[in-house]
Amino acid sequence: MYFVDEGKIVEALDIARWQFGIVTVYHFLMVPLTIGLGTLVAILQTRWHRTGNEAYLRMTKFWGKLFLINFIMGVATGIVQEFQFGMAWSEYSRFVGDVFGAPLAMEALLAFFVESTFLGLWIFGWKKLPAKVHLACLWIAVAGSIVSAYFILVANSWMQHPVGVEMLDGRPVMVDAWAVFTNNTALVAFFHTITGALAVAGGFLLGISWYHLWRRRKDGIDTVDATGRVIVGESATIPGRDKKDHSVWIKSLRFGAVVAMIAFAGSAISGDLSGKLMFEQQPMKMAAAEAACHDGTGFSILSVGDLGAKDCSDVVAVMEVPGLLSFLAHNDFTTEIKGVNTLVPEYQAKYGKYLPNDPMYGSMAGTEINYVPIMPVTYWGFRMMIGFGGVAAAAAAVALWATRKGTVPRSKGLMRLALVGILAPFGANAAGWIFTEMGRQPFVVAPNPSMTGIDQVFMFTASAVSPGVSAGEVIFSLVALTSVYAVLLVVEVILLTKYIRGGVVSAMPELDQTKKTDDGGRGPGGEADDDVLAFAY
Amino acid sequence: MDFLPTLWFILIAVLWIGYLFLEGFDLGVGILMKTFARGEKERRVLLNTVGPVWDGNEVWLLTAGGATFAAFPFWYASLFSALYIPLVFVLLALIFRAVAFEYRGKIHSDTWRTTWDWAIAVGSFIAAFGIGAMLALTTTGLPLNANGDRVGGPFAWFSWFAILGGLAVVGFALIHAAAFVALKTDGDIRHRARRLVGRWMPVGLAPMAVWAIAVALQNGKWFSWLLIALAVVAACVSWAANRAGREGFSFLSMGVFLVAGAAAIFSAAYPVVLPSTLNPLWNLTVENASSSSYTLRLMSIVAAVGVPLVLAYQAWTYWIFRKRISVAHLPEPHDFAAAVGHDGAKKAPEPATAGAAGPATPGGDS
Repeated sequence: MYFVDEGKIVEALDIARWQFGIVTVYHFLMVPLTIGLGTLVAILQTRWHRTGNEAYLRMTKFWGKLFLINFIMGVATGIVQEFQFGMAWSEYSRFVGDVFGAPLAMEALLAFFVESTFLGLWIFGWKKLPAKVHLACLWIAVAGSIVSAYFILVANSWMQHPVGVEMLDGRPVMVDAWAVFTNNTALVAFFHTITGALAVAGGFLLGISWYHLWRRRKDGIDTVDATGRVIVGESATIPGRDKKDHSVWIKSLRFGAVVAMIAFAGSAISGDLSGKLMFEQQPMKMAAAEAACHDGTGFSILSVGDLGAKDCSDVVAVMEVPGLLSFLAHNDFTTEIKGVNTLVPEYQAKYGKYLPNDPMYGSMAGTEINYVPIMPVTYWGFRMMIGFGGVAAAAAAVALWATRKGTVPRSKGLMRLALVGILAPFGANAAGWIFTEMGRQPFVVAPNPSMTGIDQVFMFTASAVSPGVSAGEVIFSLVALTSVYAVLLVVEVILLTKYIRGGVVSAMPELDQTKKTDDGGRGPGGEADDDVLAFAY
Repeated sequence: MDFLPTLWFILIAVLWIGYLFLEGFDLGVGILMKTFARGEKERRVLLNTVGPVWDGNEVWLLTAGGATFAAFPFWYASLFSALYIPLVFVLLALIFRAVAFEYRGKIHSDTWRTTWDWAIAVGSFIAAFGIGAMLALTTTGLPLNANGDRVGGPFAWFSWFAILGGLAVVGFALIHAAAFVALKTDGDIRHRARRLVGRWMPVGLAPMAVWAIAVALQNGKWFSWLLIALAVVAACVSWAANRAGREGFSFLSMGVFLVAGAAAIFSAAYPVVLPSTLNPLWNLTVENASSSSYTLRLMSIVAAVGVPLVLAYQAWTYWIFRKRISVAHLPEPHDFAAAVGHDGAKKAPEPATAGAAGPATPGGDS
């Protein structure tokens, strides 16, 4: 009897974990682009106000259009994020509710309301609102999205590093809100996330602008002189390809490249801070990031062997940078960093060798706890995060140099590389999240090592899932959400592609010189249009 | 009786009422897209009455959910996990609906628009029905064990109250939306919306009244009955105002109906937030489901600052977009081709890049 029950719970657990991973990584494809691109569009619109240069207006409109196509997907998938804690993780919600619910509620009340409302004003408020107010609306919406990230990271960081609570009747209750909201893990993660988001947006601007500059050259609009300097032309037959159009793309490209490089520098700094905290707060995660079985000081460039083996006996570091790991953890080159084989007995001593014999752990009740995260995931996740980020930043530097004479080379291969390169920072973001969440296992709330005895706050993932929800229900939702998400991703990419290929005209029909209209590109009704509907769905 | 849990019960009721009031009409407008609007232009008029505000309205749902998590984690955990399957449908409906609002006008093709119109209409219907069912069940009960977990299969939550609650929110949303459209549009559509309100209001609002009475019969306080009476009066006033052509007054009175009706339901349910149909001892109440008083105090401060602020800037948004919209105001839909040279488009060797713009352009000048 118990067996059936237990089997059911564990099965639901595994599926629920896959579901959480999939919908969260998916949601986080849209989020960094929303935060990063929103910020850049706000900067561009500000430039337009300051300089009056029409190129900046065009940039605002074009990048703003792509921003909105992406934004809505983040909104739509964000609702799932808030509901799924209660739906699939009810035991988790009960355990952490006293402290974890507050930042989520604040996110909605203080940030997401602001973002949604003011973005609506920005979209529909062109010409309707005074120019300065209209610009302010965008900045307020962008600020909302950034504050929103802060609150979500406060919640997540509490799972990584619980602070500001005391145990009461087996549950953590908040006793120090200041500690929760200034959790050092959260502050560093916030810095890291925002810089990661800007890196995504920078790469996005760079890749797409490269395509348009390349297109202008291919279509014979722009040419270069003997020194390679651009000679800007214009086309009467291709919509929107005037001289100003060149300025839009070269400015966008260089802006994107600079942002990508600065953002990478920022995320390297914040990532380093984050790593140092993690060596202290979750030593096992960092040991698993290194596939470091034994204590040591070297950073692994390549390790081989069965990373998944439980005692990691045959993992061999083929290439190591001596001392680098110690530097990453402690800013010196000599401190020994504990490896997995040292940490496992320590964890067993502190948090138990076996899961409690309680039905809430399902068929895992009473089994030995595996404190080592899935090492191939943490090891490669960590390297992909850094690798993708670094490659994107290096590419941005190369792009800046390659366009110093005002346009891009005619090479089609390079153009494709620039477009594919857009994906690199997305990959870095996803890999980073997969690493940090998988590296926390087997805990859903990782223990804070500075708390001891009865004050210890931690929760095993195995006990977090909803006991009343069957595996079949979770399979249903996993299949339904995954297939809908897949379809919507295709739709989003099709739309983005169409609007990207359309160029600035896709966002500013009035620029289309190939369609001769007498009313100046505006529909019938004249000035009344501007008054009632400056923009309409 | 603790003050803070009661205050938070009231606040969550306020958030739900705010949600039903605001998203009520945009959900209803969504359903009307396929049942009421005649032709593409009218659909666009409907869409644009809620265009700038629907997303802000939807945040009331997220705030209600988040506030329930923060203030009553046990309520949040039990309710959301017990209603797993219905909530999956609500989520899918909200996803499709949100994306449809934004994407519908982005490609100039009838098939494309019709597909998204269905997403808006069906999505709005499922979302309204599902939210209504959930709210009804939280007032009438679910088969929960001592831990607050659902006993029985994935559909053990079913009761006729779920249907009643679903109908109540759908019915209210439709009438509320028609009143909103009458207030926000001009021309033929305005007058048809007004007639719709006059003709269908009794049918549309009846389920919510029945729900309120059913809950009040179980555990109603004297003021629950007073609120129900107020709701009925407000509905009558709204109907009369609609007859007299006073659209603003009619819309506001309908708002009073909602506030009073929903307040009656919540007040009758109090202090139970989620009854267990298996054993009254396992009921979740404002006492045993709430967070610590420290957390509630913190959240009270946040709400005291946040809620008035939200009300203020959302009110301002409605003021900015206060003008009536009619078919004549709509700008022409905008179509465009890829900005590529002639030979480039023709000779492009790789179908992936040449094809992307292809299907979207035919009939562009029609």
